[in-house]
Amino acid sequence: MDTAQGYVLVTALALPLLAAGVLLFVPGSQKMTARYFSAVIGAILLGLSVYVFLAYQASGEVLQMQLRWPWIENVGFLGENGISLHLGVDGISALLTLLTGVVAFAGTLIAWKLEYRAKDFFILFWILIAGVYGTFFALDLFFFFFFYELAVVPLYMLIGIWGSTRKEYGAMKLTLMLVGGSVGIWIGIFAVVHEAGLGTFDLPTLWAAGENGLISAETQKIIFPFFAVGCGVLAGLWPLHTWSPDGHMSAPTSVSMVHAGVLMKLGAFGIIRLGIQILPEGAEFWMPALLVLGTIGALYGAIAALTQRDFKLISGYSSVSHMGYVLIGLATLHEVGVSGAALQMFSHGVMTALVFLLIGALYDQAHTRDLSDFGGVAKVMPLWVIAYVVAGLANVGLPGLSGFTAEFHIFVGAFRTYPVFGGLAILAAAIAAAYMLRMFGVVFFGPLNPRWKDLKDLSPIETISAVLLILSMLAMGLWWSPFTDRLANTVTSLPGVIS
Amino acid sequence: MRDFTLFIPEFIAISGAVAILAAELIWPKIRKDYLAYATAAGALAWLIAAIPYIGDTPGDFEGLLLTDDFTTYFRILAAGIVMAIALISAHYMRDRTSTAGEYYGLLLVAGTGMVLMAASRELLTAYISLELLSFSLYILVGYLKRDRLSNEASLKYILLGAFSSAMLLYGISLIYGVTGTTSYEGIAEALAAREGGTDAATVVGIMLIVAGVGFKVSAAPFHMWAPDAYQGAPLPITAFLSTASKAAGFALILRLFTGALVVDAVEWRAVIAALAAITMTAGNLLAIQQSNLKRLVAYSSIGQVGYMLIAIAAIGYGDAATAENASSALLLHIVGYTVSTLALFTALTAHYNRTGDDTIAGLRGLAETQPFLALVITASLFSFAGLPFFAGFATKLLLFQASMTDGLLWLVGLAAANSFVSLYYYLMIMRQMYLFDPPEGQTRFRPAPLLGALAGLLLLGVLFIGVYPQPAFEATDRAASALFEVSASGLLRLP
Repeated sequence: MDTAQGYVLVTALALPLLAAGVLLFVPGSQKMTARYFSAVIGAILLGLSVYVFLAYQASGEVLQMQLRWPWIENVGFLGENGISLHLGVDGISALLTLLTGVVAFAGTLIAWKLEYRAKDFFILFWILIAGVYGTFFALDLFFFFFFYELAVVPLYMLIGIWGSTRKEYGAMKLTLMLVGGSVGIWIGIFAVVHEAGLGTFDLPTLWAAGENGLISAETQKIIFPFFAVGCGVLAGLWPLHTWSPDGHMSAPTSVSMVHAGVLMKLGAFGIIRLGIQILPEGAEFWMPALLVLGTIGALYGAIAALTQRDFKLISGYSSVSHMGYVLIGLATLHEVGVSGAALQMFSHGVMTALVFLLIGALYDQAHTRDLSDFGGVAKVMPLWVIAYVVAGLANVGLPGLSGFTAEFHIFVGAFRTYPVFGGLAILAAAIAAAYMLRMFGVVFFGPLNPRWKDLKDLSPIETISAVLLILSMLAMGLWWSPFTDRLANTVTSLPGVIS
Repeated sequence: MRDFTLFIPEFIAISGAVAILAAELIWPKIRKDYLAYATAAGALAWLIAAIPYIGDTPGDFEGLLLTDDFTTYFRILAAGIVMAIALISAHYMRDRTSTAGEYYGLLLVAGTGMVLMAASRELLTAYISLELLSFSLYILVGYLKRDRLSNEASLKYILLGAFSSAMLLYGISLIYGVTGTTSYEGIAEALAAREGGTDAATVVGIMLIVAGVGFKVSAAPFHMWAPDAYQGAPLPITAFLSTASKAAGFALILRLFTGALVVDAVEWRAVIAALAAITMTAGNLLAIQQSNLKRLVAYSSIGQVGYMLIAIAAIGYGDAATAENASSALLLHIVGYTVSTLALFTALTAHYNRTGDDTIAGLRGLAETQPFLALVITASLFSFAGLPFFAGFATKLLLFQASMTDGLLWLVGLAAANSFVSLYYYLMIMRQMYLFDPPEGQTRFRPAPLLGALAGLLLLGVLFIGVYPQPAFEATDRAASALFEVSASGLLRLP
């Protein structure tokens, strides 16, 4: 079943790992080599990701570009296809692949500014990116978990070494909470593979087992919380989101971008891949609970953001709020709502990456992130302010930007299934407008604090990254049919999703 | 029939031991690291001699010993471990002792003891093999005779070891009293043929045996000797204790429990499951508080023993297929664990030879002063924690999955939670190495080429097992099925 396109996925997966391997042998003093090399890798990955997204046929089968390499089989308890490197994408993962390409490339460019142990940074960065791609591509439970862990673990060092504010605390808290979450996933995997009793980790086979009752409904109800909570930690599920503000506050700019932009999506993606697809009965049973938690997260994150004074904390809590929308969308188990969740993952990914990029650009010069220290920044950093306003408006859901497309779908889905929660979600969006506008007023306008008269605007490299991210937001905001078309088949194929 | 050709590899090992002892007698001034290289060469010859036995027809020696794929598997493992330990010891022992012949000779003898434990199919032979290994270890642990900690460690180890041997022997005698035989097959037959259920003597006998071997593999609550012995022993012997002695313990347990006691699984499986739970939890929780690296590794390896015991519990709870799958996954995990541990100790020894510091804080800034060693330490710790790309990820996942039977979900869940706890203290070591700058005056250094090369080789092994475990898994699968072919020939396993 190897397809030629499957090799594109293998390349996208192997390239970052290869890059990390090559960088190991580059002397630490050769910073420029490491940077140029990483930028080239980032550009190639962006190209491959765009290809994967465009080549995904909206009208074709759900799983495309499949490729299967046997890994471990017919040994011990493993039968035929026991564990295989089975890759492929569906509409949702194709969209998230595009997101990864965009954010990773932007992140690579931003990491250009790093001076301290730049080479080591890129090694860990590429390992992380490989983990992200692998998780989106994997159609085998073993490798799903393999890459999921691979994406989480480098964060400890990325934050611990290159972070700022209370970095050790933030790094340790984040790592322990995320790995603690994956313990839940791990237990879920043991239970699922054992219950199915097929001696295989192949995901499509297990999905079939979940649908045709090989894994009984009772068992599904027991296992689902393990997956939902385990992945939920990474997705910023309230009340397990507390690593997110601390982690984001400590993380260096490009790690924040990738982390909030892509990694948190792995959690929500895991809920789809493991929760909804393997355990449809369990998902149906537990989704109302997830809906409540998602709504609380959306509201709580927005309100918390309203009271913060640190840029990064505002974005951290705003991420919790937006990931709350994603969970609401998933929990509706309604075609429109689930599409909205996938769109929101993309939208929030590029938007939040841009926000962290901009915060980093300011913090590197000002060495403070306290809102009240600033004022009238628009006079010295016009480009910066424009980009921030675009990101902020996308955050609020202004028509024409990606946030509108995504949130609109989620609200429609919610109103068709749980109208009350749809209303609460809109309330959260209103609060989002409040915290954004408050920040605009305090920071961008008003009299210029003379302390900041020497601030420089975005550098060319930062501008390129910002433009790339803004273009992605505009694309989804203005012409969303390429996005929604690709999601349609996949979403309706999910078990238990109503239309 | 007395077929001595079955044990050619062990004859090579023992001849090597004698030759090394003699060499030092004849040339007292011989450079001590040459003895290490000679030992490694002997172990290599031993390993090569073992290769033709792979897949060979099982050979029976007087009903006492059996050379099948299971034995061969442990032969290769033992020879490999002895070879690595000898190389790790080369510089370490040269700098610390004036006589090393006994040290290297006893390494080979201990390795032979390990093989015989795996080959034994009769209780007394198993006991004697166990003592062969233990006595060698008592001496090796106390080998640094001017070092108080080493002396203390050896004394504690001997006293507690003798105590546990006594329990084991008492258990053996009770089982003999009930069944009238010491051969595994005979015991299984006699236990199966009993009428009117189990009697107290059998239960007590089994429990005493469990306690005895529990001591040897340092399962909690019989683990008290381990941290002191690990801390006091010469660093390479600490590595030997945490690999060979544990692997040998599990070889004996696997043979005994699948071959003889499985008939009475109902009597012991709950105890083993409880032992596994206590061992992994105690090991991991106590490891958190350690400041000495050797003690930390001791507790962490106690945690690993807890994971391994799950497979033994699964043998008791599951059907024949589960038992075989769990055994094969356990053997795979033992390989992964052994290679990771050896890699860790190679790097630690290279560091210790340079600094003489075996505290966790002593690793401060190692990523700056010696990035390669820091990488090897990281890889082996991550392998213990079960993170992707390293051996532990694949082997632990397969071990837990294979041991998953309906009665054991809780235990597997607990093990997963314990893995999480263990990550914390491994991260504390990482933190020292990567997050801090080295102390004043410490500059970049190069490890000794020998240790550097060995560490690199073992690192490749850790990665290979982690990324592509198929070949290793096939080998352990063969070993495990050999184990069950023997039991299948008897009338084992009641429904």
